[in-house]
Amino acid sequence: MPHPSQNPRQPMPEQPPEERIKNFSEVPLGYTPEQAQAEASRCLRCRKPQCVAGCPVAVDIPGFLALAAEGKFTEAANKIMETNVLPAVCGRVCPQETQCEALCVLGKKGEPIAVGRIERFVADWQRERGEYQPPERPSPSGKRVAIVGSGPAGLTAAADLAKRGHEVTVFEALHEMGGVLVYGIPEFRLPKAILKAEVNRLQELGVKLETSAVIGKLDTIEDLLTEEGFDAVFVGTGAGLPTFMGLPGENLIGVYSANEFLTRSNLMRAYDSNQADTPIARGQRVMVVGGGNVAMDAARTARRLGAEKVILAYRRSREEMPARAEEIHHAEEEGIEFHLLSAPVAFLGDDNSRLRAAVIQKMELGEPDDSGRRRPVPIEGSEFEEPIDVAVIAIGAGANPLIASTTPGLETNRKGYIVADSETGATSLPGVYAGGDIVTGSATVIEAMGAGRRAAAAIDEYLKSL
Amino acid sequence: MSANEIVLKEEIAPQTYRYVVRHPKIARKRRAGQFVILRVHEGGERVPLTIVDSDPEAGTVTLIFQAVGHSTRELAELEVGDQVLDLAGPLGQPTHIENFGTACVIGGGYGTAPVLPIAVALREAGNELLGIVGARTRELVILEEELQALCSRLEVATDDGSYGHHGFVTDVLQKLLDEGQKIDFVLAIGPAPMMRAVSDLTRQHGIKTMVSLNPLMVDGTGMCGGCRVEVGGETKFACVDGPEFDGHLVNFDLLMKRQATYKPQETEACQLESHCRLSEHLRH
Repeated sequence: MPHPSQNPRQPMPEQPPEERIKNFSEVPLGYTPEQAQAEASRCLRCRKPQCVAGCPVAVDIPGFLALAAEGKFTEAANKIMETNVLPAVCGRVCPQETQCEALCVLGKKGEPIAVGRIERFVADWQRERGEYQPPERPSPSGKRVAIVGSGPAGLTAAADLAKRGHEVTVFEALHEMGGVLVYGIPEFRLPKAILKAEVNRLQELGVKLETSAVIGKLDTIEDLLTEEGFDAVFVGTGAGLPTFMGLPGENLIGVYSANEFLTRSNLMRAYDSNQADTPIARGQRVMVVGGGNVAMDAARTARRLGAEKVILAYRRSREEMPARAEEIHHAEEEGIEFHLLSAPVAFLGDDNSRLRAAVIQKMELGEPDDSGRRRPVPIEGSEFEEPIDVAVIAIGAGANPLIASTTPGLETNRKGYIVADSETGATSLPGVYAGGDIVTGSATVIEAMGAGRRAAAAIDEYLKSL
Repeated sequence: MSANEIVLKEEIAPQTYRYVVRHPKIARKRRAGQFVILRVHEGGERVPLTIVDSDPEAGTVTLIFQAVGHSTRELAELEVGDQVLDLAGPLGQPTHIENFGTACVIGGGYGTAPVLPIAVALREAGNELLGIVGARTRELVILEEELQALCSRLEVATDDGSYGHHGFVTDVLQKLLDEGQKIDFVLAIGPAPMMRAVSDLTRQHGIKTMVSLNPLMVDGTGMCGGCRVEVGGETKFACVDGPEFDGHLVNFDLLMKRQATYKPQETEACQLESHCRLSEHLRH
């Protein structure tokens, strides 16, 4: 009998596009236990597993796959949770195809093992059965750490530090924990109830969670280290500054930053007008500008809010699109129209300053730029008007200056990101560490978690030295 | 007392409430001109409200609001002992306070509420204070006594002439200037058309004028850009760069239009509900 690795990769059941564009429920439906077991059995148990090296938090991938292959799903989830506090989140939003799965030996000749799908399955299995057992809490170290920002970097750092016996408080500016996981990623990619369940586990580790605590305003970093008596601070505030394009008409009604559009729909639940009071423009003809995951999220959200036509304008070609292949695929299935090599140069409004059209200019690809991708070059005279009533600018986010501007001595680079050691997260201030998008600029959930993990180790060392 | 608990509720004018809410840290940290964002219940909007006063010893902040929209009506339904669900702050830049000489503070409607803490700070900085309070009608005039105590001269204007000058606050300001009254600085807070009218008048006289803008807001931390306003041709975020800006540089037309962003949806909701959702809440 051939080794199960010869079997094809188990496909993920999904809501059909024509149905899912009418709801905000999750698109992939998840493996069955049989599928999860069959897929996990494909693992070759390499002596030197490459996949682990591809994981920013170094999850013991062969270890959990072996347990899943035996049908020990809860044990598999526990194995992941030794290194990853958010398995159900990561199983859904990690770009496995460029990380662990990209390095899987099976991928050289066929399809790599579906690490993410199995991770998601075992995490869901454990949570739904209430089989999560919080680890025993070590004896208190007597040291206190403040975590600023409750996104993936902060949550990971919080869990790691709590497991080492430190007293940890997470401060979140918004009214819900999760950072970009709650305000940025739509329900149909990451159900909020699942996020909430994983966040709540931090409390079982003894972590205190404080919402509506705007650090930089309520307390500064210095206040935390002095008045509030924390011994160290980790700053993981994310890339919380919207980028606009500086185009004429950008302040017209109907032009949103992706942050605003997604925050209204996700954090404020504007998609569900029966449950939530916050409104959102439900455009009939929506244009999203950008080619990353956030652009895909915004376009697919607009579609679900009832838009007849959703255009995604991207200034380069499909090859350069930074979004995950799966997100691009899902967006296309849902009828999002890709206008490649296209960028708006102006927005036009009616007498009430409501958006009525975008002026789009066509591009062609020139020489490679700093990013190594071919630079889009405008084609003169190619401009045309595209009638739209909502535009969402999803061309990336920058560094929110709230912390840096209120923390004297905290070194930032010319773009406003906090300068921190890539191994330890140490900043220019003693006892102050930083990681995630506020250091690197927009990256992935798991990379931010990796930064949180490394900083937690360094903070632990620092606390021992006090 | 627990956090976010309402310890005092007072209807100071029809549909206009003064709440004293427990939040010791905001009470200690806030400075004049800053605001909070609160939510009343799960699924509720984030409502920005200026901090009118605080008592660091009692650990309370004072908020004044008019129950004019869906969310502020829900807020008005809370009673002493209830808690607001979330209370975040202090947000925004504190008012730049200095001794200008003679400062004239102008409040329109419930915009008079955010004027009060700034008037206190201006007075403490040594300014001589003049005050003008405007309202639609007599019973909507608020904080007259409090401002009277700070100002060497306080004038009232009502649209219907039921109290004080019959007309607008700008008429009163014009009168003061015509009388040769020295005014070195003007602070005007109220509905956008009123702030624009005051700014237009003071521009002619070269008097530095600050206004407090109240665009729609969501997070209040500079994360979404929904509150963007144009000041001197540049885009600013009112929540973190403001809320106060030089009135002579503000694009009020854009502000007013953007405030009306969700009017069509509100009108629709209006027809479906027994009571109107007049607006997503505007701060002040």
